[in-house]
Amino acid sequence: MTLFLQFLFAGLTTGSVYALVGIGFNIIYNSTSIINLAQGEFVVLGGLMMWFFLHSLQLPFSVSLCLTLLTAAIIGLIQERLTIKPLLKKGDLLLMIMVTIAFSILIRGILMFKFGKDPYTYAPFTEGEPIEIFGAIITQQTLWVIGITALCIVLLYLFFNKTMTGRAMKACSLDMKAARLMGINVSKVVMLSFLISAVIGAIGGIAITPISLMEYDKGAMLSVKGFCAAIMGGLGKSRGAVVGGFTLGMLESLTAGYIHSGLKDAIALLIMLFILFVKPAGIFGKTEILRLRKF
Amino acid sequence: MKNLVKASLLIITIAIALIFTPKDSYCKEPYKIGAILSVTGAASFLGEPEKNTIIMLAEQINKAGGINGHPLEVIVEDSKSDETQAVLAAKKLIEKDKVLAIIGPSTTGESMAIIPIVTQAKTPLISVAAGASITQPVQERYWIFKTAQYDTSAVEAIYNHMKNKGIKKVGIITITTAFGDAGRKALIEMAPKFGITVVADERYGPKDTDMTTQLVKIKSAGAQAIINWSVGPGQVIVTKNWHALKLGIPLYQSHGWGSKKNLELAGKAAEGVIAPLGRLVVWDKIPDKHPQKPILKKYVSDYEGKYRSEPGTFGGHAYDAFMMVVEALKKVGPDKQKIRDYIETHIKNWPGTGGIFNMSPKDHCGLDMKAFEMVIVKNGDWEILK
Repeated sequence: MTLFLQFLFAGLTTGSVYALVGIGFNIIYNSTSIINLAQGEFVVLGGLMMWFFLHSLQLPFSVSLCLTLLTAAIIGLIQERLTIKPLLKKGDLLLMIMVTIAFSILIRGILMFKFGKDPYTYAPFTEGEPIEIFGAIITQQTLWVIGITALCIVLLYLFFNKTMTGRAMKACSLDMKAARLMGINVSKVVMLSFLISAVIGAIGGIAITPISLMEYDKGAMLSVKGFCAAIMGGLGKSRGAVVGGFTLGMLESLTAGYIHSGLKDAIALLIMLFILFVKPAGIFGKTEILRLRKF
Repeated sequence: MKNLVKASLLIITIAIALIFTPKDSYCKEPYKIGAILSVTGAASFLGEPEKNTIIMLAEQINKAGGINGHPLEVIVEDSKSDETQAVLAAKKLIEKDKVLAIIGPSTTGESMAIIPIVTQAKTPLISVAAGASITQPVQERYWIFKTAQYDTSAVEAIYNHMKNKGIKKVGIITITTAFGDAGRKALIEMAPKFGITVVADERYGPKDTDMTTQLVKIKSAGAQAIINWSVGPGQVIVTKNWHALKLGIPLYQSHGWGSKKNLELAGKAAEGVIAPLGRLVVWDKIPDKHPQKPILKKYVSDYEGKYRSEPGTFGGHAYDAFMMVVEALKKVGPDKQKIRDYIETHIKNWPGTGGIFNMSPKDHCGLDMKAFEMVIVKNGDWEILK
């Protein structure tokens, strides 16, 4: 029982980050139908910029937090305005996805130039001893990660369902043309979607860096895992990404615990393939909608 | 307008040419040494300090008048951590630059890839990678030497320490890279010799973020100690997880642990971690009469003065390789066969940064487990265990 709980906690920690990256994928996918493969880079950006403000500039925690989120938002904005907006009219989805890969390489290059290849970390949000639950041990930072992920999910839910802007974004994801006819500024919605997913990614990075350290090239792995989470839950479904992320994290941890740690990536991805085999649109996705999508 | 551009281009070219013309001109022909290092790519954490070290040493030697009046010319090729690039670089160094000896490559894979080429070209190669297969079997490695300690020596040092402490059951956790694979193999193969059983054999990927699952499994398998074998962020994450879980069994790290950066990143979680480390890392804590002390002191302070970072064990491997070639050149001149023979027969009781080398026709590395000190982390610093 203790063992199982311990594996579960480990799965929850990694799963939270996958979920946050997956949500980021979904927000952009919904407004543009493209996959932003630079999503993982924003997690790295969050962690490294936070370190930069906290340790290099010696700023207080709250200021660093705001500045980090601001930086991520600006970079998300730059990405959309400079690389996506000019291409959106052409509507070549594959081209835009390629451009996001190029952008991720660019960010990685700049981060390597600025921070070098060493990993970075800073103190956990709250100092203190790890907490024991039925014999299993969970660090306070892990609770923070899970809590922050939950908070993001709730806030995003409220934003997309209760505010005008959020509902406008949702409308765009359902039918962009109709939304435009209704007077929604689609260009602004696309911009906002990049901004939000950049901030979400950065939040994930800020929360996880004290646990897992952050180095310039961690983004690619996070992008792949987050993408798997999004696909598994059903691309475009936000609760899908959450369920997908936690499922993937849990699968990895349980495989490592009960089968073998060398096989954890292989088995987790194998199960993902199996799920997609049975439900090609993901756990929450609808096959009919999938057919209507261009991509 | 066009002429103006042309004129300014010309001036710039001349200016650049003037800047790069050596100030003191030697009358004697330069000695050429090649180096193939992973300056960029996945293994750049090895290649960068190695390159810096070689450039620094060459500068020092040339400033002091070169080798017997000959200036030293070092040609550093970046293998980009790629075996194909390493092979191309080796061909270029041998055929175009006609170097007298090659230092590097930084990784075992790249070293293995260029062994056939340097052997055919009869050029001495002093690798700075650790794999045992680089210099073994020694009769097929006539031209090949290496300066990094064997992985197996580090394993021996750990097991020896455990044996003295009465630890009989260990759990190992290794990274899924070439370094982790080699360590895992050595750990499993050598355990019986020391009366130790490996009760758990766990792994993790280079970008994994949490290893609590593996550590808990090791503990529940009844291990009395954990050995982690990795370089990079993984070893810090394992340390943090080990500390948070309060497993109550000691954590041993590989010889890749020896960087102050790891202590900074792991913070108080690193307290009590034990590792076999080369003396380069703890140079200020070894007794003054130790033969390696003056060399280490000069190398570390020179390097830190010039590059504002620590050289690490890896820079030291390049130091040893380079100084062996320089000494051979000083004694026997620019003859590849003689350089090779000199290194094989005359590097005896030769203190370097990695240990005291004893090369012989039977051993082209010349280091054993005595090259390591068992070091424990105490109050955020290293402390040598007696």
